[in-house]
Amino acid sequence: MSTRSSKGTKFVDCDVLIVGGGMAGCGAAYEARHWGRKLKIVIVEKAHIDRSGAVAMGLSAINCYMGMRWNENTPEDFVRYVRNDLMGIAREDLVYDIARHVDSTVHLFEEWGLPIIYDKQTGHYKREGRWQILIHGESYKPIVAEAAKKSASEVYNRIMVTHLLRDSTRKNRIAGAAGFDVRNGTFYVFRARTVIVSAGGATHVYRPRAVGEGAGRTWYAPWSTGSAYALVIQAGAKMTQMENRLVVTRFKDGYGPVGAWFLALKAIATNVYGEEYERKYVEEQRKLYGNYVDAKPFPTCLRNDAMLREIRDGRGPVLIHTERVLDTREKEELGWEDFLDMTMSQSIAWASLNIDPKTTPSELQTSEPYVMGSHATCSGAWASGPSDISPPGYHWGYNRMTTVEGLFGAGDTVGGSAHKFSSGSFTEGRLAAKAAVAFIEDHPDERPEVDDSYIRSLKEEVFKPLETFEVRRNQIVAGTVSPLYIYARQGVVRLEKIMDEYCAGWGQMYTTNEYQLTRGLELLLMLKVDLQNLAAEDLHQLQRAWELHHRVWTAEAVVRHTLYRKETRWPGYYYRADYPKLDEVNWHVFVNSRYDPDTQTWTMSSEPVHQLVP
Amino acid sequence: MPTYVNMSACDGCGKCVDICPSDIMHIDKKMRRAYNIEPDYCWECYSCVKACPQHAIDMRGYADFCPLGHALTVLREPEKGQVSWKVQYRNGTVKQFTFPMRSTKEGSIKPPQEVVPPPSTEGLRSQLLSHEPEYLKVLSLPMPGSNVKTGGAQG
Ligand SMILES: Cc1cc2nc3c(=O)[nH]c(=O)nc-3n(C[C@H](O)[C@H](O)[C@H](O)COP(=O)(O)OP(=O)(O)OC[C@H]3O[C@@H](n4cnc5c(N)ncnc54)[C@H](O)[C@@H]3O)c2cc1C
Ligand code: SF4
Ligand code: SF4
Repeated sequence: MSTRSSKGTKFVDCDVLIVGGGMAGCGAAYEARHWGRKLKIVIVEKAHIDRSGAVAMGLSAINCYMGMRWNENTPEDFVRYVRNDLMGIAREDLVYDIARHVDSTVHLFEEWGLPIIYDKQTGHYKREGRWQILIHGESYKPIVAEAAKKSASEVYNRIMVTHLLRDSTRKNRIAGAAGFDVRNGTFYVFRARTVIVSAGGATHVYRPRAVGEGAGRTWYAPWSTGSAYALVIQAGAKMTQMENRLVVTRFKDGYGPVGAWFLALKAIATNVYGEEYERKYVEEQRKLYGNYVDAKPFPTCLRNDAMLREIRDGRGPVLIHTERVLDTREKEELGWEDFLDMTMSQSIAWASLNIDPKTTPSELQTSEPYVMGSHATCSGAWASGPSDISPPGYHWGYNRMTTVEGLFGAGDTVGGSAHKFSSGSFTEGRLAAKAAVAFIEDHPDERPEVDDSYIRSLKEEVFKPLETFEVRRNQIVAGTVSPLYIYARQGVVRLEKIMDEYCAGWGQMYTTNEYQLTRGLELLLMLKVDLQNLAAEDLHQLQRAWELHHRVWTAEAVVRHTLYRKETRWPGYYYRADYPKLDEVNWHVFVNSRYDPDTQTWTMSSEPVHQLVP
Repeated sequence: MPTYVNMSACDGCGKCVDICPSDIMHIDKKMRRAYNIEPDYCWECYSCVKACPQHAIDMRGYADFCPLGHALTVLREPEKGQVSWKVQYRNGTVKQFTFPMRSTKEGSIKPPQEVVPPPSTEGLRSQLLSHEPEYLKVLSLPMPGSNVKTGGAQG
């Protein structure tokens, strides 16, 4: 047993356990405290809650705000937008639910001190686009974290959660989570009556465009490691739309977001010959993808598709004409703040390359794929909707509860609804937490049961990479090459290569087919076996080892889903070359999967799409 | 990088180690100063830079695509509620910007238990979240088909 690498075990008992203190997790802590004044609410976070998650460096906009008080938008409008952007497939109950609550979240943020920019003429929040409002968001995360810290009973920073705990007597009932302290190696067992997973999305599942020292420059954060998906999958929760991975168009290399430039500053993008191309392929796209081409705004994936057509045909790179729009100091400041509050790397790229956006256009590029449930895609857990509006089949008792009893999700964790962004993720955390409190009231006598042998075997598994290194390193003189083990760093590169080459990464122009996917799955399963031989020299590498585990589980779900859906639903995100068309007759459905932890088998299924909003 | 730490300025306090979301700022055992142990897992998020009391941490753009000779430095002033940036180009151009970052004092946020009395049991069964419908600033929580546009704006 490798416990000599660990300093012992600590047990923490609580009512609500929040795994991941990002946007959704902070919303969950606040709301859980509101409804459950006497409950023990615990946040467990692998980094430090003040600057963790996708919002660590700040944001320059809140991308989900209705503005109902000013009659700007209704939740129905938002549902139509999301449905179209997802090419017809959305859990409209979940989308509607976020839309009808999100304004109250944003008003709370403003009260807490998040500076929201006002439009002097209208007296409303200044809009970046129809759904987005502009903020001075450098301190977005510390502000939200302050509210969460004061709401929670305890916050455990630097605990990497590796597993969820299943109840030992009640099948399909959650009992808590386990992980280790990245600083001192203590093994933590959280026994909880309810668990809310809010552990963010996944990067570095696919080979990034960035190389070498720059490999950390992915658009979504490199610390989004797919834990959310891996944890709930292995607990036996049903997943949805894992094939719907996200590809975003961004400033090349620095990965600066384009929203403020296109929407607020009204910059245009052209091919290298100065031609606007976005609507150029509409009739060809219509033949393949149907009337979604008429959706307004033009769906994100179709915009990517048009750009990729230009690049494939040699009319790239696509350029964004910042130089045509920065005609006042105010606009220049807006453009720079967008990056200085949200993607400093883009500013560094400009400074180092002598690109002044006032005089020189910038290249755009499509990113490597990410797995996310909060942006323009909807991968994640299949969750119950709210009881008052969810159609049958979408509701089983508690809002945002997964198909595992007592296990909830929020933010990137929950699938089927997109465009939550920061404010919607926080809102979804609130929704999940309120439901978790109701769940606890309804099950007053249920206590989590986890037996000792289960904990012992988990502990052994968690620290095994340290032991593997200690025992096997003596076979070699020095260095990182051993026939007996691999490091997480080596494993992640293998994963990225497999996913890029076999499951429609950028290296294959996002294209794949059944043979490639089948082969990709075989290679992934070999990698999964090799994960048993991961080595870690220290606790930091042990964290990386478990992040890799989580990424591989996420990847496996993505491949299985992509294989199952026999159509091309989201061109520009990925193409099934063997089924190049969108197939409304057979595939206007959710693709769901469930891994059965007892039999260790996967089952794929499809679920109908119910429309809530005409 | 990624970040690098100026040898003479760092006093080894560990604040950067505590904050880094990527867990890559560590203290070198021999030098007892901080350094970036895994530059290719750095997001250039500036969390450590902003947290360092000694202003010992700087950024040098990723070597793969950033020519040398640039700098991006930050000064965060919570007491003033503002953050300032200085962009130095390779060709010598300098740009400076100051932005607001928070309109309230750090530590001033009130959690729900300090703001509102414990809610009723019926409340727990309703669809309303804390502070709703008040904080929605419309009369009631929308339902599909209810026309919020005429629901009456309050603010
Ligand atoms: C560059 C960029 C720009 C963006 N722009 C905008 C914008 O302008 N407007 C907007 O509204 N949104 C924007 N977003 C999106 C927004 O940030 C996300 O939608 C939102 O943060 C998702 O919330 P979440 O809680 O699901 O995940 P996160 O906020 O990422 O939180 C996940 C948390 O889980 C923790 N965690 C992960 N794994 C584990 C584990 N195993 N154990 C313990 N803890 C773990 C993480 O450390 C993190 O704290 C942007 C994101 C990025 C990266
Ligand atoms: S915070 Fe600054 S002074 Fe403290 S250890 Fe880090 S670099 Fe050194
Ligand atoms: S910039 Fe961010 S990721 Fe890089 S070392 Fe500092 S805190 Fe860590």
